[in-house]
Formats: sequence, structure tokens, C-alpha cells
Amino acid sequence: MKEEIIIAGFGGQGVLSMGKILAYAGLMDNLEVTWMPSYGPEQRGGTANVTVVLSDGPISSPVLDSYDTAVILNQQSLDKFESKVKPGGTLIYDPYGIHREPQRTDIHVVRVEAMEATFDMKSSKTYNMIVLGALLAVRPLVPLESVMAGLKKVLPERHHHLLPDNREAIVRGMELIAKE
Amino acid sequence: MDEEVRLMKGNEAIAHAAVRYGVDGYFGYPITPQSEVLETLEALMPWETTGMVVLQAESEVASINMVYGGAATGKAVMTSSSSPGISLMQEGLSYIAAGELPALVVNVMRGGPGLGTIHPSQADYHQATRGGGHGDYHFIVLAPSTVQEMADFVGLGFDLAFKYRTPAMILADGIVGQMMEKVVLPPQRPRRTEREIAEQCPWAVTGRPAGRRPNVMTTLELDSYKMEENNLRYQATYERIRRNEVRYEEYLTDDADYIFVAFGSMARICTKAIDDARSMGIRVGLVRPITLWPFPEKPLAELSKRVKGMLVVELNAGQMIDDVRIATSGRVPVEHFGRLGGIVPSPAEVTDALKKFISRI
Repeated sequence: MKEEIIIAGFGGQGVLSMGKILAYAGLMDNLEVTWMPSYGPEQRGGTANVTVVLSDGPISSPVLDSYDTAVILNQQSLDKFESKVKPGGTLIYDPYGIHREPQRTDIHVVRVEAMEATFDMKSSKTYNMIVLGALLAVRPLVPLESVMAGLKKVLPERHHHLLPDNREAIVRGMELIAKE
Repeated sequence: MDEEVRLMKGNEAIAHAAVRYGVDGYFGYPITPQSEVLETLEALMPWETTGMVVLQAESEVASINMVYGGAATGKAVMTSSSSPGISLMQEGLSYIAAGELPALVVNVMRGGPGLGTIHPSQADYHQATRGGGHGDYHFIVLAPSTVQEMADFVGLGFDLAFKYRTPAMILADGIVGQMMEKVVLPPQRPRRTEREIAEQCPWAVTGRPAGRRPNVMTTLELDSYKMEENNLRYQATYERIRRNEVRYEEYLTDDADYIFVAFGSMARICTKAIDDARSMGIRVGLVRPITLWPFPEKPLAELSKRVKGMLVVELNAGQMIDDVRIATSGRVPVEHFGRLGGIVPSPAEVTDALKKFISRI
């Protein structure tokens, strides 16, 4: 098993931390993982993206130009990465703020109204966890329990009271897919 | 602290490994893409556990001279920076080499020249492998390609630095510094006691006991005959290092017609390019120098007797290619492929470059 994933959106949407939680979940599941961010000023408002690779064998390049799965959270990222999904791969996108829908027909395109869903949630800060839930419903790469174990590692202990909210958001994301 | 498996950035791994190795002091100044080294050390607060000093100096020039002073006392001391900051340190590095002092310097390279870019580069290869400052000197240069190696090379770097009384450098790039991977951190080692230092480093300036001649630490020698002797002694050390400490890794070279030569993160991108090229029937392998100085000349010389060509892939305009050409003495075509200024080529670009190289030669 080897999954090459790009997660891309605006800085501040939680793109990098979503990737980190996914990578940590992979680690909890005894997979090899790499997490390669775009770094620099783009973290503070421009576009941000992170490449995550989960594999049961050694991972060669952490830098890629084609992906099994793309998680796209803004228009710039859709424009940049739609063409880079491997044929037969998966593109998950949030239509919020998107004015041009994905065009590819040789890939599996999944629409997730995650931003819409945050309006019903207690905190808009769990947006990235809803997206992660949707990703895991479409691509069950790691079990929910590994994600929770990963989250526990990523979150400093003083934030551990937020774990149930995060779990709820992930489950909400999974339900958004199940509803389709 | 016992051995521990964690997910972290290469820069963070350097900091954790430094504390666990029992380093005595870190002196540094922030610069992207390596600021996490200092940040992580500040968060770990090792001065409360092992007693390690962590100090943000007023500049890179101050940092390297604090390292110079600390090293003279036999302490395990280090600094880290990125390209422009490492340029500022060159005078100090030359002095540390001349003083025959062990120290560890980490360079997480970014694109230059000048202030350049914060994005990954390998353009400081020449600076690192040729000494960088003035005078005839070298230091050991280790090129990590994984987060695990970022952690491992802290210990290896210090071990070699103390073994040969020479500075060692970890020459990484923005990719290895910023990426997160699984890393096994070594168990905590105690820092050496003053007594152990005095025993292991009889040359160190530790306070003169009665009856011992003073240890004097200077790099100034106005008697040129003596200065030549000093130089011959440095060169003898470099020769021992060249003989004993060459490290490299080969990937699929046994049946290879073509060889990539690449180090650090670029070697990993080449590994993927190799898998792609082999699926198209091109027999290509990789030599990854782990020590950039001393350079693995022998394996490349051997391979040059049986392969059709070597493509040196670097995040620069062609620097390590000089060493590959020296090692292969014109026996095979050796060409370069690279991207500049912080751009990282994709595996597909590298595979394309290989195909063009093959059609040219």
C-alpha cells in the first residue's frame, strides 16, 4: 500500500495540521510516512499545501508531481493540482469559494460541503477535521482510532479536552460522504 | 529518556538529538529554513535537565565565535544556520579548523547567492567541501537525506569531530529540514563531566593543574617554518579522514548502465526517478555520497569502468559534478542536471533529464 496525497488550500485553513494528523495516524498504524509542507510566508494567508505519503514500505521522494489523492480547499489549489491527480485517482474538494468546478472525467471527483457543515458545529476551528473525516470516508487509509491516537500526540496536553470535538468533526465529515 | 519513535521535522530532530547526545552548548541565530532548531531547543529547555546551554546570540558571527571558545575548553558545542548565516561564519570556521577543535555546524541550505530565497537548495556544496574560509583546510561534511539521518548525524558528527579534532558539518537542505518523518531518537546520554573532559581532551583549555604546561589556544604563528609544520599536521589529519571516513550508499548499481550521483533530498527524488525509469526499461542506479568531504571517489571510479554515463543531479548549477569528474578521470561522460534558486525538480523532470542525457551520449 502506498498513497501519495496533496492537501491544498489557504493558509489558516488547517491544511498543514490536517496533514500532520494524517501522518501521525499513519505512524500509529506502523506505516512509513513523510510530510512535506510548502513553507514560508504563504503559511500566513496565501496558499498553503502539504504532501503526505503513507506507505507500508520505504518512501523515496517526499517531493512529488502526481498524486493518488488531492484534497482541494480553494480555487487556486484546484487550478494548480487538478491536472496532477493520477488517472483513476481521487479529487476531494470543498465547493465553498470555488467558481470553476473540476473538469476531469478520468478521476474520482468527490464534492464535500465541509465549510457549510462547520456552520452547524460548535467551532469553525474543526473545519480541517471535517475535511479529514471526508477524506477517510472516501479513502480509508487509516482507522479512526489511529487518527485519534495521532491527534493525541499532535495536540499539546492542555488542549486534550478538545479531543471529543475533533472526533465529532471527523465523524461529521465521514457522514457527509455517507449521505451522498 | 529512553529510545523513542516520533514524527518530527528534520530541524526538530537535530535539536532533540543534540540534547540526547549530551551536547554542552548550542549558540545560534534564527534564519529560515532552520529556525526550528533553536526554537525546539528553547522549548525543550535542556538547561533544566542536562545542563546544556542554549543561547540565541546577537549574530551568526557571535555564534560561531562562542562555538570557537566553547570548543577550546573541550566541550561539545554546536551552531546551526542557513546559507547566508553560514557565509558570515566562515572566518570563525577557519579559526576553529586551524585551532584543531571539534565542533558541529549545521547548514540547512537555502537558495542563493546573496540573501536569495528561503526555499531548498544545495548551492553551498563548494563552500562546505572546500573549507569555505581562508587557508588550506577541510572539515567533515555529512549530507543527510532523511529525518533519521538528521538525528543520527548529530552524534556521528560529534564523534568524528572529537576523534579527529576537526569541525564537522551537517549539510542539509530546506527539504530535509522542513519535512516530517518517523525518527527513532537515541536514549539520553549524560553530558561528560569536567574530569572526563580533562582526561579525554588533554589539549583543552580547562585550567592548568600544578605541574602541567599551559595549553595555549591560538591560530597565529608568525614563524613560517612552524606554520608550515602546523599545515602539514592538518593535512596529515585530512589524509587519515580521507582513508577512514568515506561514507556512501548505492541503490541498484549492480546491473546499471547509467548512474545518478546525488546527495541529500535530491538523492531521494532520484530514487523515485530510478523506479520510474526502470519501469521503462532504463537500467539506472544511484550513488549517494553521505560524506561530501571526504568524497567517495573509489566507488565512482570503479563504476566508471563499466557504466555508460553518470548524471549528477543537484539543487545547484553544477558543483558536486567537479568531484565526480575528478573521481572518474574522463572515463565516462559525466553531465549535470539541476534546478536553481529554490526550485526542486520533480521525479518526472529528473527522469526526462536522464532520457535526454542518454540520447546525447
